Amino acid sequence: MGLPNASGDLSTEVEVDAFRRLFPLRFFEKHLLESIRPDARPLGRARDTTIALGAVASANGSALAKIGSTTMLAAIKMEVMAPSMETPDEGCIAIDFHMPPICSPIVRPGRPAEAAPVVAKQLSDTILSSGMINLKELSLVSGKAAWMAYLDIYCLDADGALFDAALLAAVAAFSHLEIPVVSLNDDGKIVLSEEQGLSEREPVNKEKRKVNLGSIPFSLTCILHKNYILTDPTAEEESIMETSVTVVLDSSSQLVSLYKPGGAVLAYTSAIQDCIALTRQRVKELQKILEEAISGMEVD
Amino acid sequence: MEVDREDGRSQNQLRPLACSRNILHRAHGSASWSQGDTKVLAAVYGPKAGTKKNENPEKACIEVIWKPKTGQIGKLEKEYEMILKRTLQSICILTVNPNTTTSVMIQVVNDDGALLPSAINAACMALVDAGIPMRHLAVSISCCVARSGVSGLVILDPTKLEEQKMKAFAYLVFPNSVHSVLPEGSPSVQGEPIENGIITSVTHGTMSVDDYFYCLERGRAASTKLSDFLRRNLQQQPTNSSKAG
Repeated sequence: MGLPNASGDLSTEVEVDAFRRLFPLRFFEKHLLESIRPDARPLGRARDTTIALGAVASANGSALAKIGSTTMLAAIKMEVMAPSMETPDEGCIAIDFHMPPICSPIVRPGRPAEAAPVVAKQLSDTILSSGMINLKELSLVSGKAAWMAYLDIYCLDADGALFDAALLAAVAAFSHLEIPVVSLNDDGKIVLSEEQGLSEREPVNKEKRKVNLGSIPFSLTCILHKNYILTDPTAEEESIMETSVTVVLDSSSQLVSLYKPGGAVLAYTSAIQDCIALTRQRVKELQKILEEAISGMEVD
Repeated sequence: MEVDREDGRSQNQLRPLACSRNILHRAHGSASWSQGDTKVLAAVYGPKAGTKKNENPEKACIEVIWKPKTGQIGKLEKEYEMILKRTLQSICILTVNPNTTTSVMIQVVNDDGALLPSAINAACMALVDAGIPMRHLAVSISCCVARSGVSGLVILDPTKLEEQKMKAFAYLVFPNSVHSVLPEGSPSVQGEPIENGIITSVTHGTMSVDDYFYCLERGRAASTKLSDFLRRNLQQQPTNSSKAG
């Protein structure tokens, strides 16, 4: 194989897989010229998305979301706690995002992923500032008892667009969440009611109820490269073309977050408008998928 | 459409800016930046030999360590480190010193709103002080969308109290404005000048899409003023000869 010239000369001699590893940027640019990506997706299309509710039977609410190969498992456990002094009639949500070594070869037990605390913080900010959950709904007895919801999201396979999949899994888990029935026992503490219904204790809330969701946030990550905008990148695309923009819109088209952490490509107004338009389309797709998943559960 | 701000500033008025370079003698570059009561100290060490395990050895690597004023390092600090690292990577010329690491340390001295923008501005000045090669400077500004229900009401450089009260705020980073010696002026991309492009944008809270674009306009206008301030500041103090090595 002749080496001194640019890869253009090698492209006819080298195998496709070798070319992809040796000259990743040129490999992708050859595809972008034809407005297509190596996995045969057009530039503006996201990967196949599926949601399965109730994946974790022991949790109060759970969901498994897959965007292409990226898989996220979200589970919510509820616990009763005393509300804080400043907000006596509001509950609390604690959001945590884990990237166990199963998700990617670069994550090892002694080397936690750099992306994990960043995605956890982004998720926390997005869910709490979007107004999806009204914390007052999580209150039980004003000033004495309120629900604390622990939302844990585990990444099972990290193949790009981690924040999108994690947000989708979190939203699906909240839509599946059922608040359990509790009652006051003799010591004045709140305990979970038995299924058989011990009638000497008056239940504090009559029946398992679902949480009312306000406007639900959905997100889309796009990569900017020269004049191209690629939606829903895989891990390979993210590592080669480093400039990404994540737009989060809620169901009433309000901008919850526009996140562009640096990157060599500058985003001009036209690029941002295109990203927001692509996100609007994606919001409609995701709303349909979520509604189908919820109605599928209710039939059961 | 006037809004009363507690310190009596107008909508588009920034707090008093102060910047000094070369304040730490052992660091290769250092700067302190304050906007009103928010004060951040930045120190740069580097380039040092070698890169970390997962980084590309064909390019220079930038490492950021963020120290809060009080408390332990948590997710907020890690997020700020990542945003700062990626912003600085996009303005530095990474191919000049391959297989090296430049460390940027940020120490928060006081936080009164617009903390991330101050840190980015301080880090840029410290990099200039250390003589790290850069394409252009990053100029950072914070904008806040007021809750008053009148859309399009954007105030610049909010204090911490204003950030907490208002509906939403955005931290924006632009490249600095270009004074070109070429007769045709500075280069433009797609008809827009280079300084209109966004390097970084971090928003918090829900706002409408039009409010965001309005924030961008105001941010660009303010970044021109900030660029002039930086230019004057850098021209006054000559950089000392390199202390690296």
